[in-house]
Amino acid sequence: FLQYCLSGHPTLPCNVLKFKSTTIMLDCGLDMTSTLNFLPLPLVQSPRLSKLPGWVLKDGSTFLDKELKECSGHVFVDSVPEFCLPETELLDLSTVDVILISNYHCMMALPYITEYTGFTGTVYATEPTVQIGRLLMEELVNSIERVPKAQSASMWKNKEVQRLLPAPLKDAVEVSMWRKCYTMPEVNAALSKIQLVGYSQKIELFGAVQVTPLSSGYALGSSNWIIQSHYEKVSYVSGSSLLTTHPQPMDQASLKNSDVLILTGLTQIPTANPDGMVGEFCSNLAMTVRNGGNVLVPCYPSGVIYDLLECLYQYIDSAGLSNIPFYFISPVANSSLEFSQIFAEWLCHNKQTKVYLPEPPFPHAELIQTNKLKHYPSIHGDFSNDFKQPCVVFTGHPSLRFGDVVHFMELWGKSSLNTVIFTEPDFSYLDALAPYQPLAMKCVYCPIDTRLNFIQVSKLLKEVQPLHVVCPEQYTQPPPTQSHRTDLMIDCQPPAMSYRRAEVLTLPYKRRYEKIEIMPDLADSLVPLEIKPGISLATVSAVLHTKDNKHVLQLPPKPPQPPASKKRKRVSDDVPECKSLKPLLSGSIPVDQFVQTLEKHGFSDVKVEDTAKGHIVLLQEAETLIQLEEDSTHIICDNDEPLRVKLRDLVLKFLQKF
Amino acid sequence: FPHVLLVLCCAGAGQDVGRSCILVSIAGKNVMLDCGMHMGYNDDRRFPDFSYITQNGRLTDFLDCVIISHFHLDHCGALPYFSEMVGYDGPIYMTHPTKAICPILLEDYRKITVDKKGETNFFTSQMIKDCMKKVVAVHLHQTVQVDEELEIKAYYAGHVLGAAMFQIKVGCESVVYTGDYNMTPDRHLGAAWIDKCRPDLLISESTYATTIRDSKRCRERDFLKKVHETVERGGKVLIPVFALGRAQELCILLETFWERMNLKAPIYFSTGLTEKANHYYKLFITWTNQKIRKTFVQRNMFEFKHIKAFDRAFADNPGPMVVFATPGMLHAGQSLQIFRKWAGNEKNMVIMPGYCVQGTVGHKILSGQRKLEMEGRQILEVKMQVEYMSFSAHADAKGIMQLIRQAEPRNVLLVHGEAKKMEFLKQKIEQEFHVSCFMPANGETTTVITNPCIPVDISLGLLKRETAIAQRFPRAFPPFSPQSFRLVSPEQALKELGLAEHQLRFTCRVHVQDARKEHETVLRVYNHLKGLLKDYSVQHLPDGSITVESILIQATAHSEDQGTKVLLVSWTYQDEELGSYLTALLKKGLPQSTP
Repeated sequence: FLQYCLSGHPTLPCNVLKFKSTTIMLDCGLDMTSTLNFLPLPLVQSPRLSKLPGWVLKDGSTFLDKELKECSGHVFVDSVPEFCLPETELLDLSTVDVILISNYHCMMALPYITEYTGFTGTVYATEPTVQIGRLLMEELVNSIERVPKAQSASMWKNKEVQRLLPAPLKDAVEVSMWRKCYTMPEVNAALSKIQLVGYSQKIELFGAVQVTPLSSGYALGSSNWIIQSHYEKVSYVSGSSLLTTHPQPMDQASLKNSDVLILTGLTQIPTANPDGMVGEFCSNLAMTVRNGGNVLVPCYPSGVIYDLLECLYQYIDSAGLSNIPFYFISPVANSSLEFSQIFAEWLCHNKQTKVYLPEPPFPHAELIQTNKLKHYPSIHGDFSNDFKQPCVVFTGHPSLRFGDVVHFMELWGKSSLNTVIFTEPDFSYLDALAPYQPLAMKCVYCPIDTRLNFIQVSKLLKEVQPLHVVCPEQYTQPPPTQSHRTDLMIDCQPPAMSYRRAEVLTLPYKRRYEKIEIMPDLADSLVPLEIKPGISLATVSAVLHTKDNKHVLQLPPKPPQPPASKKRKRVSDDVPECKSLKPLLSGSIPVDQFVQTLEKHGFSDVKVEDTAKGHIVLLQEAETLIQLEEDSTHIICDNDEPLRVKLRDLVLKFLQKF
Repeated sequence: FPHVLLVLCCAGAGQDVGRSCILVSIAGKNVMLDCGMHMGYNDDRRFPDFSYITQNGRLTDFLDCVIISHFHLDHCGALPYFSEMVGYDGPIYMTHPTKAICPILLEDYRKITVDKKGETNFFTSQMIKDCMKKVVAVHLHQTVQVDEELEIKAYYAGHVLGAAMFQIKVGCESVVYTGDYNMTPDRHLGAAWIDKCRPDLLISESTYATTIRDSKRCRERDFLKKVHETVERGGKVLIPVFALGRAQELCILLETFWERMNLKAPIYFSTGLTEKANHYYKLFITWTNQKIRKTFVQRNMFEFKHIKAFDRAFADNPGPMVVFATPGMLHAGQSLQIFRKWAGNEKNMVIMPGYCVQGTVGHKILSGQRKLEMEGRQILEVKMQVEYMSFSAHADAKGIMQLIRQAEPRNVLLVHGEAKKMEFLKQKIEQEFHVSCFMPANGETTTVITNPCIPVDISLGLLKRETAIAQRFPRAFPPFSPQSFRLVSPEQALKELGLAEHQLRFTCRVHVQDARKEHETVLRVYNHLKGLLKDYSVQHLPDGSITVESILIQATAHSEDQGTKVLLVSWTYQDEELGSYLTALLKKGLPQSTP
């Protein structure tokens, strides 16, 4: 089968698998790092941003100064931010039958696929994935639509122009394919194509393929997928975690015996230990607040934030932070907090047990009840009345290019008392901060990425023993900045096959058998014969029915009775209708016994001659010659059908029929 | 290939409501479906009789698993008795909400029986806890592999929070057990749903086998009208309910009505369990219906503004009020206490929103009894109005038929209903679906014959070859070994067995009268055959021979007779019929008209 690789981002994958005449898209991640090339969208007019100088080419020409602005030596596009879509030209996406989603971060490109490519299939995802995915999309759309921007820059995308730009704009890939954000109606249309599934649910696709989501341990409802037929098994591992955080633990056992294991979504920060990062997060937060500063945590509205709030819940009293307000600002903050409490079945064992009491699984319910954590849809409205400093603010977007976080960066950036703590690993924090430079505020980088690291991967691969591993090319070499760290790559035998964006891979596998069913009445009619100890054979004559990719063997219909026609038979009526097959023969004929048999049946003039390979038996009167060899018998006779048939039957007596 | 028998034994569910417990034997696997108790009895009869199983040894050895469909005590009430007192250590499967709520109801039931009635020889709190440790929670639609052959799968059943139907499957044989279900969505739950899984047997409850209930809306309007009228004239309304299930639906109904009509009379909900119950509904909101799930962030339907916790002292307060009190059949506890207080006043009303088991006070007043003998020979005269409203979320006849249509079973078995009503439904099912329908009595064993098909492996080459030629008769050889069947082509079978093929070939001399040159004779033969054998590939090869399929025909001159040619027809045993036919044909000579 084939794998079309539509995304080059290892943690935001988008692959299409052609498997037994079924076209399956695995995830549709949206690469948002492209937005780092754009200026932030401020919620309130920012004099600093609007005063940035236009960018001037080396030769002094200024035709781009409306589109490109310069800030502390970096050049940014002054336009609505755009995203880098998965490849849409590599194959006709309207032929995709199903899309399998592994977690809510890997579905952000869904509206582009389902609404723009003629897609008519079904999307499968778990309920938490869909609900939280919807929240992420809602927040994204909201934070971009809230700040309408008149200008849309496109001149810089011209290939000739792009060549002249400074890095990283010069090297940005497929800029002509970058798209603006989708709208809420498109999000709703896309989500309406999703069918909800549960872990370990077996979903039949066209009778040919079965797909099953398995718990991957990374996020609420996150899944790996098994794609299998009776004889092939492909495991798709995407964003998995072996750490005990809030989601149900990863199901590793079901990945065993895979022919191919596609491995994506490993940790983006292989050198950082998540537990250590959480500790650092807490201590930096406490230190800043104690000194009277504010803490800004740019984050997604769901995921690691639940774990951070849980840590803080245990930490704030002992750290003397009980009087410091925590604010969570997002258009979907309330929904996210509420939704997190109702997915008991998708949570780890400890949290499930709490629900049985019944108590809310996450302690942030208590933080809200005791007024320690407050949530607001945006900085406007109630928040501006309640706002007290010093405080801790959780808000998005982690790229620092849109959302309420832009406002806090502008507000707090000038004071060295304040700290911004980066916990989300998706964006380089230096790039994220670039348009805010020069910055007085402290910056702390504590990326928390609970996905598999390379040590865990090699342990996993040893345990599940796939025949072949396929992964993004980034995983087959050490990170470019740490080329000596050969431990930071996948090490397996045979070596992993790697892919890159816009590549088509032919995956190795050999299929020899298929499952079919034999109807009970046909099975009853079979007469097995033991050929060797433990092996019996039976000849099957049957009609093969194939429907919906399922094959069934049925008893052949009884031959119709020949019509009692009085018409004179014509020669052509006798033409055998269909070639009823004769069995294959095996064995050899002992010449002495054969001659004896011939004589017993009235052939008196049998003469035997030896040849190089066997014998020739001559029936002189009948002018008939029978060549007997180890693996063949040849009867040469006159056109005397009764004689021939008699000889044939005598020969057959010595042979086994198959 | 023996036809596999499927044996069933209803240890309690039979033609009776209450105490569901069914044993299924499918392809060598034994599964127990539900483990309920009978609310009408206070002696040994309240639990199913497990001696049928235990006479053959330990329960754990005999049973492969136990499945509980939902948390009602007539489906799970005997579970701690079964697992801890009789002794069962195997897996018990139920959904997450059932696993959460079941132990609470069991504990509640234990308290009423042991603490209040002083009974001994009953399961303890610790036993409930130990029993729940054996429970494995399942997701909807998750395929749970109990062992290598046995798998189970849960489907949404409505009825109460967490209620599920279960498919039990071994190979290609399967049984679906519905538990209690509801085919119409209500105010807080969705409708039961199952895919076209074509089970060999569908075991369906049939509580409301003959009822085709009037529309839900009418019933609700009726209910609200009765409550409203009573409250208006200053009366008190008692609604005996079970803490979880109908209670929440009726609360939602009254809450919205009170809000709309701006009513002031207090609504109370009796004691602790309920608050807890509402909490369960909040946490398991994904199991409720679409509407509640969609709006829960803005407004959680289970946070009631008008409904407050009940205190025992409130019962004597003057003025109108509505009280939801447990238990639902008026057989014990708070609902019975309040009933005794209010029964004497004709202004008051009791509304029974569900089915009552024989022997309970609820059943007595519903069947018209107005003088009840209470404990201590005291006679209680019932003057208050007694109303029955079917709000139990069971499928009615229409719903049962609908489920059968969805699942397309080969056989149907009705349980959990009254014999007379079931008989009617059985006829209807047999008429409409042309499937056998059973309705065993308690302790009766039903045998259903299944006809499983046999899966075999076919070599891909053979399959491709045969599907390429439509309507041909494939012929192939499965080497039989006890574990697996494989279908391969004869050639491959020989190869795998290390046997060589023995080729049997025939060559016949056919004499033809033809004075022409050999190649002209050949041409005549070719044209003749070509004309006759339209469906066969007849070829004239450059070396002067003719082939019909794989049969070779060559012509040679007769050594003595110039006017005769000898045709050598040569074929293998596999072409026997065609070869034999050709020699017979050529023997008849060539047609004169052939050019």
